[in-house]
Amino acid sequence: MKNCEYQQIDPQREEPRRPRRKWEVFPGKNRFYCDGRIIVARQGGVLPLTLGLILVTCGLFFVFDCPFLVKHLTSCIPFIGGGLFVFVVITLLQTSFTDPGILPRATPDEAAEIEKQIDTTGNSSYRPPPRTKEVVINQQVVKLKYCFTCKMFRPPRTSHCSLCDNCVERFDHHCPWVGNCVGKRNYRFFYTFIVSLSFLTAFIFGCVTTHLSLRAQGGKGLVFALQESPVELVICFFSVWSILGLSGFHTYLVASNLTTNEDIKGSWSGKGGEDVTNPYSHKNIFINCCAVLCGPMPPSLIDRRGFLPSDESVQTASVDIELPTQATKSEINVVGGSSQLAFGLQESPSPIPAPLNSHQTRSSA
Amino acid sequence: MAETHSLQDLRQQPAVAAKVFLQRDYTHGTMCQFQTKFPSELETRIDKQQFEETVRTLNNLYTEAEKLGSQSLIEGCLACLTAYTVFLCMETHYEKVLKKIAKFIQEQNDKIYAPRGLLLTDPIERGLRVYEAGSQTFQLVTTKSRVPETLYLD
Repeated sequence: MKNCEYQQIDPQREEPRRPRRKWEVFPGKNRFYCDGRIIVARQGGVLPLTLGLILVTCGLFFVFDCPFLVKHLTSCIPFIGGGLFVFVVITLLQTSFTDPGILPRATPDEAAEIEKQIDTTGNSSYRPPPRTKEVVINQQVVKLKYCFTCKMFRPPRTSHCSLCDNCVERFDHHCPWVGNCVGKRNYRFFYTFIVSLSFLTAFIFGCVTTHLSLRAQGGKGLVFALQESPVELVICFFSVWSILGLSGFHTYLVASNLTTNEDIKGSWSGKGGEDVTNPYSHKNIFINCCAVLCGPMPPSLIDRRGFLPSDESVQTASVDIELPTQATKSEINVVGGSSQLAFGLQESPSPIPAPLNSHQTRSSA
Repeated sequence: MAETHSLQDLRQQPAVAAKVFLQRDYTHGTMCQFQTKFPSELETRIDKQQFEETVRTLNNLYTEAEKLGSQSLIEGCLACLTAYTVFLCMETHYEKVLKKIAKFIQEQNDKIYAPRGLLLTDPIERGLRVYEAGSQTFQLVTTKSRVPETLYLD
């Protein structure tokens, strides 16, 4: 039997490749934990500080205030406090670790198609044509901007977060306190977090004030009582107003189906004398609230834990097919499916490409 | 080495696979709907009515997924009361409908599109941005049953 001429295969390629998950090659500035189950922004922001403040304040409350109040008031106090505390921590972690609604970047084919569409409508001058597209949504003209990073026209209400380097659907804002963007998928967690946090801080503030007033009445004076729990009081006093204010603001946004981004930019406030209304609002406060908070939970579009398609293995398989010896027959059988990809790229009706046939006859001679 | 040279040539040839993208239709808001306009590139490949029917059914399925009905409201309220921890254990209504959609696209591909040398890609794989119909003839020969025996003869 005539010896075949073998092409050197890179020995490293012969090792079986561990199938990689999509989060390992994610282009945005995010970090992943637990094999892609948890996603956070690259900059952790002040999430540890937020958690720390909540834990410290609640810890001091349970240690210093609860015993006194249980004795002098009611024993429900620690249970209510505990329940609120658990609720706050869970919603905070969910806000921080959930995909906010990141849009995956356009595939090369899609990007080429969009570029083609833009070029045919634009002129051939040196200046690139403006990359906006107008659509009509519920009788309102909305401009869609082209995202140069993600290579696509952003859907309505989508914005590109420069900190995370991702386009996020229904982008509200990037919150450094939770260390993540707030968007379509985690807005309800964020809203529940700030509302429950306002209840918690108001509750602790109320308890601490009650504790202090009861102690002051006890005869030793207000100043002495204040010395015992200054930290909680300070934290609660400053946070209760800001958190309550934030909750109120977001309640307004939820009721009118707006995002912080749209509110700040004044997209629908009718500036410039034009008659603009929010095209996404259901014109009913109750329906708006239901839609935003209790609506169906959209899926994550980035498929973090999915496996990468074996495009790399296709290239190596097409190298393998050049060694059709008996010893490697079983190997070819295994990669037979994907190796066909290399040959099926031409529009031949027969599945056997001509060059391979001649190669076979040569080796069998 | 003439054979390997021609094999390398084959690899360097651009893929003949052509793709047509159907964009989203935003006239009713941010709900997931696709344009039912029939692309001219597919005129010779498939019947217009058939294609539009596929897209219409797909749009109806997405409407069902995103509907603000009693089921999604109950699900949402229950989730809110449990600090959204039910999402960790339970499959949401949206996910159930997405599975239905995947099955529908598979059926359509098997019955209607694959015999005509076309392949529809599930929009969820493209981030629900586009609905892709590709002419990918090689897809027809990748199944193991179609691998010809003569390939492995000595």
